[in-house]
Amino acid sequence: MTDLAQDLLSSFVIAEAGLNGSKNLGVVNMRKEALDRFETAGFPTTRDEEWKYTNLKPVLKHDYKIMLKSESAVSFGDIKQYLLSNLDTYKLVFINGKYSSWLSESTHQSYDICTFAAALNKYPDVIAKYLGKAAPAGETFVDLNTAFADDGAYIRVKANQTVDKPIEILYITTDENGTSFSQNRNLIIVEQNAEVQVLERHQNLGTAESFTNFVSEVFAAPDARLNYYKVQNDSDKASLVDNTHVNQETGSLVHVGTYSFGGKLVRNNLNFYSGGEHAESHMDGITIIGDGQTVDHHTLVDHQEPHCYSRELYKGIYLGNSHGVFNGKVLVRQKAQKTNAFQQNDNILLSDKAKVDTKPQLEIFADDVRCSHGCTVGQLDKNALFYLRSRGIPKFEAQGLMTYAFASDALEYIKIPQLQKRLNGVIAEKLGINLEFAL
Amino acid sequence: MSDEILDEITASEYKYGFTSDIESDKVPPGLNEDVIRLISSKKNEPEWMLEWRLDAFRTWSEMIEPDWPNVTYNKPNFQAISYYSAPKQTKTLDSLEEVDPELLKTFEKLGISIDEQKRLTGVAMDVVVDSVSVATSFKETLAEKGIIFCSMSEAIQEHPELVRKHLGTVVPKRDNFYAALNSAVFTDGSFCYIPKGVHCPMELSTYFRINEAGTGQFERTLLVADKGSYVSYLEGCTAPSRDENQLHAAVVELVAMEGAEIKYSTVQNWFPGDAEGKGGVFNFVTKRGICERNSKISWTQVETGSAVTWKYPSCILKGDNSVGEFYSVAVTNKFQQADTGTKMIHLGKNTKSTIISKGISAGKSHNSYRGLVRVGPRAENARNFSQCDSLLMGNQCGAHTFPYIEAQNPSAQIEHEATTSKIGEDQIFYCNQRGIGTEEAIALIVNGYCKEVLNQLPMEFAVEAQKLLEVSLEGSVG
Repeated sequence: MTDLAQDLLSSFVIAEAGLNGSKNLGVVNMRKEALDRFETAGFPTTRDEEWKYTNLKPVLKHDYKIMLKSESAVSFGDIKQYLLSNLDTYKLVFINGKYSSWLSESTHQSYDICTFAAALNKYPDVIAKYLGKAAPAGETFVDLNTAFADDGAYIRVKANQTVDKPIEILYITTDENGTSFSQNRNLIIVEQNAEVQVLERHQNLGTAESFTNFVSEVFAAPDARLNYYKVQNDSDKASLVDNTHVNQETGSLVHVGTYSFGGKLVRNNLNFYSGGEHAESHMDGITIIGDGQTVDHHTLVDHQEPHCYSRELYKGIYLGNSHGVFNGKVLVRQKAQKTNAFQQNDNILLSDKAKVDTKPQLEIFADDVRCSHGCTVGQLDKNALFYLRSRGIPKFEAQGLMTYAFASDALEYIKIPQLQKRLNGVIAEKLGINLEFAL
Repeated sequence: MSDEILDEITASEYKYGFTSDIESDKVPPGLNEDVIRLISSKKNEPEWMLEWRLDAFRTWSEMIEPDWPNVTYNKPNFQAISYYSAPKQTKTLDSLEEVDPELLKTFEKLGISIDEQKRLTGVAMDVVVDSVSVATSFKETLAEKGIIFCSMSEAIQEHPELVRKHLGTVVPKRDNFYAALNSAVFTDGSFCYIPKGVHCPMELSTYFRINEAGTGQFERTLLVADKGSYVSYLEGCTAPSRDENQLHAAVVELVAMEGAEIKYSTVQNWFPGDAEGKGGVFNFVTKRGICERNSKISWTQVETGSAVTWKYPSCILKGDNSVGEFYSVAVTNKFQQADTGTKMIHLGKNTKSTIISKGISAGKSHNSYRGLVRVGPRAENARNFSQCDSLLMGNQCGAHTFPYIEAQNPSAQIEHEATTSKIGEDQIFYCNQRGIGTEEAIALIVNGYCKEVLNQLPMEFAVEAQKLLEVSLEGSVG
């Protein structure tokens, strides 16, 4: 057992005493059971099939502080650049895992956009109904989060409501605690025929190493619509394990876009449970990373009911000595006849030292289905490059344009133009080109 | 020369045959160092071979049986197996009428000739003499070219320098659990050596190696193609073989030296278990080839038998410009399980690999494709194309795909695509409309679906393999 795992186990008693869920007996038991499971399992190693290509040892070796203090010295000016400018949004800002009311803009009017901590006390029946129902017990990082997470975003949109503006969730880490290990949790409930757009971002403002173990549970009731964008452009001191579990009911549509440009090690566990007929699941991702960075996308679409549709498109561009991992699993259960599942993972290695490991996986138990997946690793088309250069576009710029074209498919599904523009800017910066034309 | 060969053949028949006391040739069940010493001494092996086996055994003892494949079965009890028994005298039947009529029906569907049927069922026949002479003439032709093609035991005696040089170089003793077991206890197998620049004039097949009475439980094949040579090797048989050994753990090693080309075709149709899924053969095979500069290895397999199949014919593309190919059709029906695929390890520059895998699952079976394409950091301009398609028949079966792709070189081009579908109702309707029955229509569509792979089979096999597919899928359509 690693030192960090020991630290976590021993600090649970202190953490538990300070947890605001202590009044709620069900939650307390849930935390204890989750911790017991973590104690037995410990952190995964590369010997686990699901972690074969991603070694956590280098990021888990730091002496992380587990009980974090918030910091009041963060001003709006410090975080402004991480929010979408010129767009009115609801904002939920957390500093070192604690809710910062003076930086946030929450609401309880038509819909609940507030914190997980508040919901634990205020809505015990909702918590009892949903908490832990999407994220499966037995996954190490989920269990660990269940045991410790005391705050995060809580979004509940009641039936037939459309949230009037997007919701931005920002998790800030500062140097206040030194190397810090933070665990927060989102609970997003979209009721029948309701609609909402959510943006999420983790940012380390300091210079110390940070590790975030994050869980989001999403529940989409019949005909609900959710767009969930995850922008990952953190500093090279920050590591993140992001666990997102989406439960879908009949006719619901959920889109999760994961845009990874930064961070030292990012692992995304994205799981869809398609539990109602005609549910649609969309997953997009762009990864552009460089020296010393690892991004690992693990996705699962579990088709449990007939007539469902899933679409998955992940693009990866790897520079420097970066390492990309993709593991996409499509599971079609026996009952899920007439499933239409599509999965595509394309990768470009732009440097000699970059490497990519990809494993697109199909597990199919129903016969009347259409499932396909494709996966490529390749380079830019030399003829197209020559064409651009023959028209007077310098090589570097031509490469940038083509790389942008390669990746931009995965941006099409974004419904917020400001976000699309913002991401275009990040991609242009990463590739070192000018993309004014696209703006 | 021919006299020598004749002598050899007669002698070899004696070696395995009629006069030896069957009782004394059986080793009690169980596996320990003494058993291995006994096997080695019975086969009159040199000291180095015994050492090699013992080392493999010691390695094996420390290994644990892997459980990562996507199959479930009752693990064999390795102490309950008898690891050495001289080939048994099968009961000789007087005519085909005594043979199980079900078996004959299958033969007929496969289009196997009467003589061949007799040979397969152990019916006494005069044509044996002919068969020997045919084999002898083949042997003569091969000997003229300097090709060595014999059993492994013979090779250890006659060509120890070649065996010693290559054995275990492609599949090391400690490679995996079953390869280690095989290395310790293998009793026989085939050895083939093609000298420099020789184009082997015929398809080499175990069928013509008459001194092999029955393939052992732990078979070891070593095929060495020297510089610039070519060989096409056929293994197995389309005829259903009922084997009393439940566990089969074979090892096949191919060495393709500079500019050599090896084509290795397998048709496997072992007993898949009865309709309830009882019995059936466990087929856990390690097959691997190593390619030197400018060489090529091509694996073609048609897998229809065995209760549990677990094999990944692989290519290590070590030399520059080498080529690896893998064509596979795997059919599972009833309660069969197959976890099969390939590994293409690109190490040299400009290496190319192609993977075409067609899986068909019917009944309550599970069919998995598991493949690895690895491009090492020095494999400039490596190129891979993989396509794995699955066809599902019925809603009780499963089709799974586990492709692993690991790229460490920016100039690599890797493409992988996979689809899963069922036979279209409109396709069947079209055939029905034109007077083709549903079962026939399915056979037709399946054959079309597998065409890319069947085309790779040598002529003799291709026709039989097509029929084999039909027979294997019989009754799978409700």
